Amino acid sequence: MKGSRLIFWLFLAPVLCWLLLLIVLPHMDLLIMSFRTENGFSESVWTLQNYKNFFTEPIYWLTFVRTALYSIITTGLTLVIGLPVAFYIAKIARHKLQGTLSLLLLLPFWVSELVRIYGWMILLRESGVLNFFMLKLGVIHKPIEMLYNDATMIMGLVYTSMLFMVVPLISVMESLDDSLIEAAYDLGASKLVIWKDIIIPHCKPGITSGCIVVFMLALGNYLTPNLMGGKNSLWFTEQIYNQFIASFNWNQGSAFGFLLLLLSSLIIWVGLKLSRQNLGEVAS
Amino acid sequence: MKKAIVLAALMLFAVAGTAQAGETLKLLTWKGYAPKALMDKFEKETGIKVEATYSNNEEMIAKLRATRGAGFDLAQPSQDRISSVQEKFKIYQPMDYSKIDSKLFIPSMLEAVKKNTLVAGKSHAVPFCWGTSGLIVNSAKAPGVDSYKALLDTKYKGRVSYRVKRPTLIAMGFALGYDPFALYKDPAAYQAMLDKIESELIKAKPVVKNYWANGDALLESMRSGEVFVAMAWDNGGWKLHTENPAIDFVAPKEGALGWIDTFAIPAKAENLDAAYKWINFIMKPENAGYFTSQEKAPTASQGANKYVDPEVAANFERSFPQAVIDNIKWYPPVPTKLESMEGRTLDRVKASN
Repeated sequence: MKGSRLIFWLFLAPVLCWLLLLIVLPHMDLLIMSFRTENGFSESVWTLQNYKNFFTEPIYWLTFVRTALYSIITTGLTLVIGLPVAFYIAKIARHKLQGTLSLLLLLPFWVSELVRIYGWMILLRESGVLNFFMLKLGVIHKPIEMLYNDATMIMGLVYTSMLFMVVPLISVMESLDDSLIEAAYDLGASKLVIWKDIIIPHCKPGITSGCIVVFMLALGNYLTPNLMGGKNSLWFTEQIYNQFIASFNWNQGSAFGFLLLLLSSLIIWVGLKLSRQNLGEVAS
Repeated sequence: MKKAIVLAALMLFAVAGTAQAGETLKLLTWKGYAPKALMDKFEKETGIKVEATYSNNEEMIAKLRATRGAGFDLAQPSQDRISSVQEKFKIYQPMDYSKIDSKLFIPSMLEAVKKNTLVAGKSHAVPFCWGTSGLIVNSAKAPGVDSYKALLDTKYKGRVSYRVKRPTLIAMGFALGYDPFALYKDPAAYQAMLDKIESELIKAKPVVKNYWANGDALLESMRSGEVFVAMAWDNGGWKLHTENPAIDFVAPKEGALGWIDTFAIPAKAENLDAAYKWINFIMKPENAGYFTSQEKAPTASQGANKYVDPEVAANFERSFPQAVIDNIKWYPPVPTKLESMEGRTLDRVKASN
């Protein structure tokens, strides 16, 4: 008995070390840092000022509101596009095709996000591929700048996070009994009703976990808003980066980091309440 | 049982610690500052392998600060970002000038950098290369541009690009008739200047196509004709000039902003010997000359000019006649306090509509 427990702990040790050294300790350090500041004599003192700054300086919380809002829009769009894709792969496609289709979804993720974003930039820029062909075909007479605006940025975010929505949806849809849909169809239910009353309620855990992942990814994204976003595309993560790197103000930066964690958790909690679920169900 | 866990953890670290490779020099530098050919030559001469990590001023400081000066043997920050950072975070160690072959340096530059990096009576860097930022102009599309004010000019609506970084603020300060460097000692007056710059930059947002964050991306948009006027470094302008003679670097009449990048040794550098060897190696005229030909940035190496491509040397004669050189505004050491003030201004500029 005692020996098996020792082995259990031995196997667990690397994970615990990893958690403690790379997750818990740095976060404790950041948490402490976020409550400290320098007074006029460059001594470090305890304070709540870093958190107060967030609420008193409009650009900080406006940037957060903007980031959160755009992340919610991104999540919604990803869900709307992801549902039919997942349904097709899980239910309609022939068995052999399913693997290939899933692989096709996965394929773009073999290259780094940076490369994918540059790909979009080459396509969309004023002197880019799309403009070139549209000019050639006479659809337009002057090249249009399609980059550097919010719509493109959201498209980029939807594209980067699509996989993380579709995969949980596929797995949850596979467990849906086909005969339920067939029965509803035979009884004369319309497609809309089938989706509303059968598919979506069944997929709720998958939808929720997909939404949480996509929302978190969009909220924490740095590259896409920075590269594809327009002139006023300050994203909250960029603000954190600026505090740490450009202003050397690690205390303020870590306060922002914790606020991001808190506020995003709050948004997810509200989302779960609204859809009457709890995190335990979703995780299982 | 607890002892067993501790023992296992210790063993894990011991194994990780002993896995060490052959002699290497860990260099924290800018992209292009350690050309492949020179790294190979250095390895052949000394047997030391160079491992370069590419970064910029702000990230260099953050990286070294995170480890309190460990992880790298040699860093290359700009001279104006050393003394205040050193005073506050102690991430560098004083240079041992006896290990450096001072004959390799242009004496006036070596003295200037020593003076500017003085902390607690000790100097912390030697110069490596220098250059300026000013304007890159496509004169076919935007003829006659000679001032930073062009970055605010509605004539070039949607055809302007610059960085949301401190050089832009400094340049705008000069363009609006201030002397930002003279205001360094007076935070209140500096803030007043920043407020004025902020309102001008926000007003001129429709003029901007994008705020560039990556030098290569900027060059690409100049090349394709999407951007006519940009604030950027001289060597970028010269690179474009060889492809398209209409595009060139222009030193604005307010003065190009001059920077000197240096060699500084992080506080916990492990391979000091290799660091000094690399400095003495790269400052040899033939190696420095090769670097200048490649990157189009002049170095502080005495006599490197002989080894520089005539075409690259011609850039200087074209863009930097003596009067322009005399008008270069060299960055003095930055007080850290100003950087957080500037950071806030930059955030507001980027966030505003």
